Amino acid sequence: MSSTPVIPSGSSRKSSGITMKSRRRLDTTWRLLVALLFIIYALFPIVFVISTSLNPSGSLQTTRIFPANPSLANYQKLLTSQQNPFLRWMLNSLIVSTTTAIITVALCAVAAYSFSRFRFRSRKRLLQGLLLSQVFPNVLAMVALYLILQQIGRYYPMFGLNTLGGLVLIYLGGAIGFNTWLMKGFFDTVPRDLDESAMLDGASSWQTFWTIILPLVRPVLAVIFMLSFIGTYGDYLLAKVMLSNTEKYTVAVGLSLFIGQQFGQRWGEFAAGAVVAAIPTLILFYISQSQLQGGLTSGSVKG
Amino acid sequence: MAVQTAGETGGRKASRFSEEGSTLGLILKYAFLAIVVGFLTFSGWQLLQDGSYPFAATFFITALFITLVYVRRTTVPLRWIAPGLIFLILFQLYPVVFTVYTAFTNYSTGRNVEKAVAIRSIENQTYVPEGAPTFNWTPLQADDGTAAIWVINPATNEAFLAVPDQEWVPASDIEGLVLGADGLPTTIPGYTVQANNQRFLFVSANQGITFGTEEQGAQVTSSTEAKETRQKYVYDEAQDAVIDVATGTPYVNQEGIFTSAEGQIVTPGFPVNVGMENFTKILTDPAFRGPFFQIFIWTFVWAFLSVLETFILGMFLALTMNSPNLPMQRFLRVLLILPYAIPPFITVKVWVGLLNPVLGIIGTQWNPGWFTSPFWAKIGILMVNLWLGYPYMFLIILGALQSIPQDMYEAAKVDGAGPLYQFRRLTLPLLLVSIGPLLIGSFAFNFNNFAIIDLYNQGGPPMPGGGVAGFTDILISYTYKIAFGGTRGNDYGLAAAISIIIFIIVGAVTVFNFRYTGQLEEVSENV
Repeated sequence: MSSTPVIPSGSSRKSSGITMKSRRRLDTTWRLLVALLFIIYALFPIVFVISTSLNPSGSLQTTRIFPANPSLANYQKLLTSQQNPFLRWMLNSLIVSTTTAIITVALCAVAAYSFSRFRFRSRKRLLQGLLLSQVFPNVLAMVALYLILQQIGRYYPMFGLNTLGGLVLIYLGGAIGFNTWLMKGFFDTVPRDLDESAMLDGASSWQTFWTIILPLVRPVLAVIFMLSFIGTYGDYLLAKVMLSNTEKYTVAVGLSLFIGQQFGQRWGEFAAGAVVAAIPTLILFYISQSQLQGGLTSGSVKG
Repeated sequence: MAVQTAGETGGRKASRFSEEGSTLGLILKYAFLAIVVGFLTFSGWQLLQDGSYPFAATFFITALFITLVYVRRTTVPLRWIAPGLIFLILFQLYPVVFTVYTAFTNYSTGRNVEKAVAIRSIENQTYVPEGAPTFNWTPLQADDGTAAIWVINPATNEAFLAVPDQEWVPASDIEGLVLGADGLPTTIPGYTVQANNQRFLFVSANQGITFGTEEQGAQVTSSTEAKETRQKYVYDEAQDAVIDVATGTPYVNQEGIFTSAEGQIVTPGFPVNVGMENFTKILTDPAFRGPFFQIFIWTFVWAFLSVLETFILGMFLALTMNSPNLPMQRFLRVLLILPYAIPPFITVKVWVGLLNPVLGIIGTQWNPGWFTSPFWAKIGILMVNLWLGYPYMFLIILGALQSIPQDMYEAAKVDGAGPLYQFRRLTLPLLLVSIGPLLIGSFAFNFNNFAIIDLYNQGGPPMPGGGVAGFTDILISYTYKIAFGGTRGNDYGLAAAISIIIFIIVGAVTVFNFRYTGQLEEVSENV
């Protein structure tokens, strides 16, 4: 960050060293103040929900940040509730997101390798097709997807409506186009000399891919895994359309329906659920913080 | 060798594609291919039987494509792409095609299976004719938990095992059957004999269920008696009608529902082509026209304002944080983008709690009608979206700022430009050029941001006389409600028609974006 330009940091016309110094200090101070103000804005709902989750009375009107007698009663209530199987929802979400993310990474990696390393007739067309398929986000086809799962369910009940299997199929359909495109870009940055020399040594394409390329792009695979996981975990619309049984809900659907109109009674439990449900993405976010920041800015911004 | 030209690559094409492995590998490959292609073909064939032609065709084409790719030697690169492509075709491209198809039909509750399936289902319906033979029965439970009965014909004393949708099995054909002293079975392999006190429960749980097939089947009618059932309807192709076998009444196909002259209907129905009806309904039917246009306008306003507000705050924070002198840069940044790390299904609900007029910390202090006033509900949603959306803008703008060459500012300073002038004439234009595409992407995202609208107030407050429509509904949440949220049944055809309108808008925006960034052209030139 040392080379960052100072934008409206005041003019730097010739002035004595002392005013320069105090001016810089003033500049830093107001920047810090603004940052702190907005950090409070950013954190206020988060701190608030954590504190509510620890407040056994479950009241929303407490003005204290730390509850008078903190306890884990809300968590206990949430995890033992009979009609709202919260743990089941968490498990469903983790199953669906992990499966989707693993398959996405696997399928996209092989496809991206091909696009990056082979030259073939329909290559350009296919790449453009991948990009154009993003014109139609699959949430827009929710009606069709619903009817399609209904059809599939007649023959393969595991992948019909109201199944986690069906949901994974739909997520995969939506994830592959963009992620292949993204991954191809990363594969292109791996120098070709490496696989050229492996090929000269008699390695097959698969061997080259598996032993040379894959280990090199492992960080990228991790990023795609996380993006895919976070995207799937946070999906609300498709899960809500496809799943109709309390036992099958993902946590996104379950938690929102569970709070429903009964804010008063369930606020404490909801807060506990919100804290638990946020953990997986927070962990991934923490791990990938630097990569995410780098990837988002370097990958998507045309400099 | 760092930069490889296309010519060199082309020259090595032949050697690169010859990569057949061992015999075992070959066998595995063909076995796998056979399974996948077999599965696809079989599924397609089943769909064909049910008259689901477009989906069947998609399966067949996919199967053919896979076969060609894996058998032909010239298509080796495609072999790597094919697995992902299958999912892309079946669950991304076909749904688009099917959405278009659905938009021109009256697909809806009660009309939601193909014609062949509807007829089959109707022909499976049975009834108990008057004076039908009566049987004695004993409740059974199969090992998988489904119900079955043991039937005895009192006239002939013949006994059978009767399972739904299967032909009756005579007692003599069951291996391992043990009969008790009363002539009733005590052991049937695969089944458990239920106790007598289960009979009443069994009758109420299995009302209308035929044990057996439509040729020979029985329904339990009381705790002791079962009566033989007959097929109730027969389909007559000449009239395109189903005929009630007992009365001879024809139920003629009317727009996908078999209806008698008296207006009685037999379900299920099936969708039929209705041409432009769904589209004209949106544009002319007063129940839809008014709400649709209001929602249409609000969707644009919503998406535009969402981008604008998050851009402004994100930029302000990025400019603030973009200083080398600031201590704890990384730490402060992480805190500022924290809202981005928590899924909206959690944070939107937390905000709804904060704004709750009875319980929320904000809502109890200041409540202009966060959920009841059409205007303030919109303000509320925009407020929540500002919190959700600014971290993304902050991140990308911070990245973009760093790509603006420092010497430009030096030059501006030399020319005597003040900080405000620098921002207006230098920073902002350069920012807009570099993150313009992302702003358009953000517009398209918010255009379809169902989660926040639904989680905030389900699109409410409701529009008077607008049916399912609410004042904060955007097109996608309106589509959702028409398709899945209606109290008077679901209209998939109409919902698909609105989807197509959204497709066109979002598609145009995205294609413009591709053009703008030259991403599509880039494909041809880059490696």
